[in-house]
Amino acid sequence: MFDQLTERLSTALRNLSGRGRLTDENVADTVRQVRLALLEADVALPVVKTFTDAVRERAVGAEVAKSLTPGQAFIKIVHDELTRLMGEPSTGLDLRAQRPVVVMLAGLQGAGKTTSAGKLARWLIEKERKKVLLVSTDVYRPAAILQLQTLAAQVGAGFAESTADEAPIAIARRALDEATRSAYDVLLIDTAGRLHVDAEMMAEVRDLEAAIHPHERLFVVDSMAGQDAVNAARAFNEALSLTGVILTKTDGDARGGAALSVRQVTGKPIRFIGTGEKTDALEPFQPERIASRILGMGDVLSLVEQVHEQVDREKAEKLAKKLHTGKSFDLGDLRDQLSQLQRMGGMAAVLEKLPAQLQANAAKAAGAVDPKALKRQIGIIDSMTPRERRRPDSIDGSRKRRIANGAGVALPEVNRLLKQFDQMHKTMKKLAKGGMLRNMMRGMAGRLPPGFGP
Amino acid sequence: MTNPASPPAARGFFKRLGERLSTGSSRIAEGLKSILPGRKIDAEVLEELEERLIGADVGVEATARILEDLGRRVARKELGDVDALVGALRRAMLEILAPVEKRLQIGGAKPYVILVVGINGAGKTTTIGKLANRLRTEGRSVMLASGDTFRAAAREQLAVWAERNGVPLIAQQAGAEPAAVIYDALQAARAREIDVLIADTAGRLHTQSHLMEELKKVKRVLSRIDPGAPHEVLLVLDGTIGQNALAQTAEFDRNLGVTGLVITKLDGTAKGGVVLAIAQRFKIPIRFVGVGESLEDFGEFDAAGFVDALLRPAGESA
Ligand SMILES: Nc1nc2c(ncn2[C@@H]2O[C@H](COP(=O)(O)OP(=O)(O)O)[C@@H](O)[C@H]2O)c(=O)[nH]1
Ligand SMILES: Nc1nc2c(ncn2[C@@H]2O[C@H](COP(=O)(O)OP(=O)(O)O)[C@@H](O)[C@H]2O)c(=O)[nH]1
Ligand SMILES: [Mg+2]
Ligand SMILES: [Mg+2]
Repeated sequence: MFDQLTERLSTALRNLSGRGRLTDENVADTVRQVRLALLEADVALPVVKTFTDAVRERAVGAEVAKSLTPGQAFIKIVHDELTRLMGEPSTGLDLRAQRPVVVMLAGLQGAGKTTSAGKLARWLIEKERKKVLLVSTDVYRPAAILQLQTLAAQVGAGFAESTADEAPIAIARRALDEATRSAYDVLLIDTAGRLHVDAEMMAEVRDLEAAIHPHERLFVVDSMAGQDAVNAARAFNEALSLTGVILTKTDGDARGGAALSVRQVTGKPIRFIGTGEKTDALEPFQPERIASRILGMGDVLSLVEQVHEQVDREKAEKLAKKLHTGKSFDLGDLRDQLSQLQRMGGMAAVLEKLPAQLQANAAKAAGAVDPKALKRQIGIIDSMTPRERRRPDSIDGSRKRRIANGAGVALPEVNRLLKQFDQMHKTMKKLAKGGMLRNMMRGMAGRLPPGFGP
Repeated sequence: MTNPASPPAARGFFKRLGERLSTGSSRIAEGLKSILPGRKIDAEVLEELEERLIGADVGVEATARILEDLGRRVARKELGDVDALVGALRRAMLEILAPVEKRLQIGGAKPYVILVVGINGAGKTTTIGKLANRLRTEGRSVMLASGDTFRAAAREQLAVWAERNGVPLIAQQAGAEPAAVIYDALQAARAREIDVLIADTAGRLHTQSHLMEELKKVKRVLSRIDPGAPHEVLLVLDGTIGQNALAQTAEFDRNLGVTGLVITKLDGTAKGGVVLAIAQRFKIPIRFVGVGESLEDFGEFDAAGFVDALLRPAGESA
């Protein structure tokens, strides 16, 4: 599922290549694919519409940088726009207020409020050296108070006791007194889960806010949330005038489109993401990462950039020209490619840039491409004569043995390389129009070009 | 509110579900008639419908399938107006959902073992409380096993539900091996001649393979006592989540062989359209739905009732 967009786009983008400028008509199909991909990622429909309109506006008429194919230029626009909409990288919590700074967490049932309260407490204690008091006003869910108390003990935060027969406001007031009296830096208030259409429960949380005036009012939302997240976010924002958002359970494989919806309707920054069940699984939000995730592209963009910097531009262009004019791709070209890969730090470095789910896939396929194998492959090609490199079909049995000797490898390895090259060569012909880099990217997305496969 | 001592008839329950759903914003068919009175069905109307379906979490794939069917009929001029379109939509949805309307049949084994699984916060523990209540009112004896030894106060949460229902609970200290707890519970349930044993488990993401292994182990040790156990592997899905429900279902099913689904939290404005996407892709029976946090907010899944709740315009009675 995760690489749906990449897949959708690569089909649509094939029609985009080879032109210098993005036009209304050549992006139309691609915009549609982006729309579908975002919907599949659970971005709310109205948000998708606004977004695709913005992308279309930016894309049409855009000049395609020489170094990019139109397809890459388009992905870059989509990605940049998405990153922009996701907001600034997080600076954590705003603690610039009179002590004790009160932070309140609210959201739907099961979103991860109580767990996030425990995580935030730990983060404040360890990273910000704050003295933190936790309190639960969840008088509904069985054992919710005990759950928070357990977490408080785990992370070494103070815990203000409460019982299920008390009123949330009374509990919070008492905790605030205690926080003031005992000189706590931060008071974290956990609340019961509630549906945004539950008028009574929304009134309760609104009253709580009005009575305590928390400095930070955070909406906790599950990264798996569906289309309705947009309505929930709007309602909580109206009730509490939110100051930020925590996006939980990002350790799963949901694309997390809700993050974009919530961000769009509230306009409030996403502060943290939850990355697991343990109390240390909390990270400051990074727009770029979530944008890539929604698109299902991992760090593909920065990968494009990296490839660009390190690939010998001239050679790449020569190769591209060769492919376009139909001249054959030879072993010398393969050598260039292999050494480019080598310069990039081999597949390992490339793999690190991919999203987790892709990594497993790609790692399987890339098994054969450890740096040592890369070096041996280059060695084999280096042991060939220029003519052999141009005409691999001229390499007979005795030449193979000579090459193997020269490179210090076993004969089957030479055979394997030649066979891989042959496959690659065939594919190259088919993909001639696509542009080298894109093929490499696609390859990395789990479908390595032949020759790099196992 | 319905009397918890006598579970509401399916119809009444889904009527209530319809009322709950109608507190939300526009539902799928709502407004179609008023926006487009007497309008001929054309591409624009179908597009409007497509957006509503996707907006209800039905997903791109299931929506495409439904629309393909409707589109063909429009082309054949079978659907003259919006009424006919909504009728055809209803049938298309029923076609997807009717095959998964299969009740949980308890019996044959004693104790009948239900293993409840799902991701974090889906509503497993709450569902167990509701299910225990339902089984009790049917006159069965029930025992609960606290297999969530991970989340803070998970055991105490289940204990509250056990107490509310007046049923025994088997639990160990936090951090205990889930398989051991549930194994002990099955032995205890046997010794006490309990009819149904329901085992709670810790929430886990379907991507966490080591935690999936933990569940497989639970299954293995249960089958050592009774080769048929667990008799039901119930996957609880949060009805407010989006398309990831598909990945969850696929992974839990692949690892454990899911035999039934529960869809929770349908009392919000989330329309639970993902149910259609799931029914379309998997043939797993949907046993129950949850529409709130108390004991009685629970009912058997009924395809027609569900579709009506999705499609019936607000204010119109069943
Ligand atoms: N995998 C994962 N689980 C989480 C995360 N945050 C919370 N949870 C789990 O989600 C479930 C519900 O969390 P809880 O804090 O009780 O939610 P609340 O009802 O909003 O207070 C629990 O099982 C938590 O362990 C996260 O970032 N990743
Ligand atoms: N509104 C609503 N909330 C529910 C429903 N089912 C469960 N919940 C709530 O969802 C949260 C998580 O439920 P829980 O049973 O602890 O989930 P678990 O982590 O899967 O065991 C709790 O706050 C429950 O009260 C439902 O059908 N409707
Ligand atoms: Mg909580
Ligand atoms: Mg639970």
